[in-house]
Amino acid sequence: MSILVNENTRLLVQGITGREGSFHTQQMLEYGTNVVAGVTPGKAGQEVHGVPVFNTVQEAVAATGANASVIYVPAKFSIDAIYEAVDNGIELVVCITEGVPVNDMVAAYHHVKTKGARLIGPNCPGVTTPGKGKIGIMPGFIHAPGKVGVVSRSGTLTYEVVDALTKAGLGQSTVVGIGGDPIIGTSFLDVLELFQNDPETEAIVMIGEIGGDDEEVAARFIKEHVTKPMAGFIAGRTAPPGKRMGHAGAIISGGSGTAAGKIAALEAAGVAVADRMSEIPDLLKAKFTA
Amino acid sequence: MNIHEYQAAEILAKHGIPVNPGRVASTPEEARDIAAEFGGVVVVKAQVHTGGRGKAGGVKVVKNADEAYEAASNILGMDIKGHTVNKVLIAKGAEIQKEVYVSAVMNRPARKIMIMASAEGGVEIEKVAEENPDAIVTRDADPFAGLHPYQAKEVAFDLKLEPSMVNGFAAIAEKLYNVFMEEDATLVEINPFIINGEGTWQALDSKMSFDDNALYRHPETEKLRDLAEENETELEAKASGISFVKLDGTIGCIVNGAGLSMATLDAVQLAGGEPANFLDVGGGANEEQVTTAFNLVLADPNVKAILINIFGGITRGDVVARGIVAALNNVDVKVPLVVRLSGTNAEEGKALLSEHGITAGDSMDEAAAQVVAAAQA
Repeated sequence: MSILVNENTRLLVQGITGREGSFHTQQMLEYGTNVVAGVTPGKAGQEVHGVPVFNTVQEAVAATGANASVIYVPAKFSIDAIYEAVDNGIELVVCITEGVPVNDMVAAYHHVKTKGARLIGPNCPGVTTPGKGKIGIMPGFIHAPGKVGVVSRSGTLTYEVVDALTKAGLGQSTVVGIGGDPIIGTSFLDVLELFQNDPETEAIVMIGEIGGDDEEVAARFIKEHVTKPMAGFIAGRTAPPGKRMGHAGAIISGGSGTAAGKIAALEAAGVAVADRMSEIPDLLKAKFTA
Repeated sequence: MNIHEYQAAEILAKHGIPVNPGRVASTPEEARDIAAEFGGVVVVKAQVHTGGRGKAGGVKVVKNADEAYEAASNILGMDIKGHTVNKVLIAKGAEIQKEVYVSAVMNRPARKIMIMASAEGGVEIEKVAEENPDAIVTRDADPFAGLHPYQAKEVAFDLKLEPSMVNGFAAIAEKLYNVFMEEDATLVEINPFIINGEGTWQALDSKMSFDDNALYRHPETEKLRDLAEENETELEAKASGISFVKLDGTIGCIVNGAGLSMATLDAVQLAGGEPANFLDVGGGANEEQVTTAFNLVLADPNVKAILINIFGGITRGDVVARGIVAALNNVDVKVPLVVRLSGTNAEEGKALLSEHGITAGDSMDEAAAQVVAAAQA
């Protein structure tokens, strides 16, 4: 069974009646995701693309047995939506929203951990398991089922590498966009652990970027625990220090978080790090046969 | 978002943290009047959003009002690392019995807010981290309960402060954490934090930065923004929902997505060029956004060629291509333009562009090489 999204996923969409929520509900349904409920306070009784809408997560879970949720609500309401989901027993929460205040994420991050739930994001494209389902906003049709696990901090770079893999005949087991914020619920390390233990994943692609030290932490984990062949890429070699490069978390501060440091750490852990995104499929093919 | 030292001091004072008296001046005359009012030794300090003011000659200790006038005359208008000095802070001279460093900042690996302190007051913390990391003391605040008083005291004892100084330090460290949370800061730094002639703690120099994502709930902070300190194009971009960072090269870049934008700049450099900017148009890449993007990029006279790099995901390539064509009717682009279009409906998009005389490729690497060649031609 694939990681994160599988046959047992019963998805709830928080903010389903909004423009983004409604559009992506349709996209997820078309991709085969089991979307069982939506929540927008005050809109209970409506339907969005045939999915019943409830006022609260509590009502939605009671009526439908939802066990995963995806959040499309505006940034100022996203933290509350995360609490509402995990407090009502949702095991997997994917927060797509960009612009969540970072200091609010501190308590939310630790709250999710104490509840034993998993948060992906915020500011992420979500999770796709090709052929089975997707949670979030990734374009489904660029994917192909296969054996490569993909994990990335960036949305468009995820699409870029998935597209390149698919065109090279390398299908994906699961694709996880962990998000571009300074504090995110699930780190590279967490996803690498899932991929390492997932019998359907035989090789891994990791796309990092400047800022923070999650890539370095992941490199230490890879060295000790990951036996599957890996290729990677780090964006932001040309980024100047002290400037946020689009993502709130993509900033080099006080000499740490540089691309050079991350590339060196990953290479020392045995990851084939590409200079160009386009080289990833070949680097991977040199290490394993799909 | 960053603010000036004098503004940070005002915020700290509002939260009950003792700060060294000071007032801001925009002219040498004002500087002289403030210095006369304080009497005795004052420090004239350039107010700019960058470090290294002292080394650049932007901080002067003077003995009287006339010297303050002279120092302010020299410092006002000075260029410090590309920042023009428009204001000086006239701060009362202080006797320093003891100086330390203290700040509240995100401990990103721990996903917690921490208090960070060092016995080496007045030295940049990055320098201490490099040369004497053992001198740095940190405690992570409880994510739910905040900084416990015992943690603040532990920091004080680890700094080897004299027992009589510990409670005073700890009380202010707790306040520092509260300022950080209440103001939605990303950094609150006091350096140096001193014991003055009267034997009490005082912030001699302070620095604050704020979380842009939380500014919506702090309109009073937004008012502190110094437009002269910010890149005009970056502010204009922000108003249109575009992320833009000015760089020093000649290749203008228009890309969808932050990660892909960074990777595009890297590709340009690998191809032998230097990017003029980072620009993420966001998911849409429609006529309006692309028009704005062209205007932002072309505002830089150094731009010799433009690379548009779009990966069509949910937004289809043909829609993006229509946006580009329409934008080219709105903006007179006189420099060479290279387009890379991939992903959803890329073929339809490319066909549409070629009808308008624009050749679009599939490969990011080739596009980077082409745009670098075009800029050098």
